[in-house]
Amino acid sequence: MSMKATIRQVDSVIVMDLSGRITLGEGCTQLRELVRDQLSRGNKKILINLADVSYIDSSGIGELVSAFTAVANQGGQLKLLNLTKKVHDLLQITKLYTVFDIHDDEAKAISSFGPTR
Amino acid sequence: MTSEPSVVEVTLESDLKNLEAAEEIVRRVASTAGFDEESEHQIEMALHESLINAIWHGNKNDASKSVWLRFEVYKDRLEIRVRDQGNGFNIDEVPDPCATDNLLKVSGRGIFLIRTFMDEFHVKYLPGSGTEVTLVKRIDPAQQPTQGGTDCEHESHNSTS
Repeated sequence: MSMKATIRQVDSVIVMDLSGRITLGEGCTQLRELVRDQLSRGNKKILINLADVSYIDSSGIGELVSAFTAVANQGGQLKLLNLTKKVHDLLQITKLYTVFDIHDDEAKAISSFGPTR
Repeated sequence: MTSEPSVVEVTLESDLKNLEAAEEIVRRVASTAGFDEESEHQIEMALHESLINAIWHGNKNDASKSVWLRFEVYKDRLEIRVRDQGNGFNIDEVPDPCATDNLLKVSGRGIFLIRTFMDEFHVKYLPGSGTEVTLVKRIDPAQQPTQGGTDCEHESHNSTS
């Protein structure tokens, strides 16, 4: 099962609802292209919803880190929403839990990006 | 250590598309061995990362090469061997992905996750035939690490040979 993504916009924030597997190969490539595409459109506020992500491996974690730094390097913000316990534990184990801004409430996550413009 | 294990051996074409099939096998083996759901997931992830190392780094994603898997279920533990046809790697040269300078690196977390999730991890270079890694998970629940409580300094029970 590969990764699937639904993209929607809430205020000025791009919300990516991901599902399936973010693993080496197709899943990581898809995530990279999704983020790159949004940055090329000038969208620099990105919220990745991981609620339906069933599996993420070390490459998937690396891809999230890569996306985080790519967005930050362009002056934007990338945040994570609705981690499953497995993903939560992985980010804690790898000490990335404090690197990402992580939310479990979408409305609060959206407002944390700051004023809509 | 003396009782005869139940053994499953599988040889896979060196292709990432075979990952999910191998994971299905290890889930069944781990379940049969008596691991709980959390340990099953840890074992599955450790095998996943080992297979990626074997296919991607060891065999250089060359589908003409093979990856050999052997699962040995003992009363007190599960041993998994993963052998590729590559030139091996020096475990001592694998950087700590949790070090401040490495925290935002894109790669380099696979071996760390294997070591975190398994009780033992060994790497053996077999001249002329490839590299074999051995993963061991003990079945005694009292000896299994809790997933959330493990941190980056976890290095126990790991060795190379």
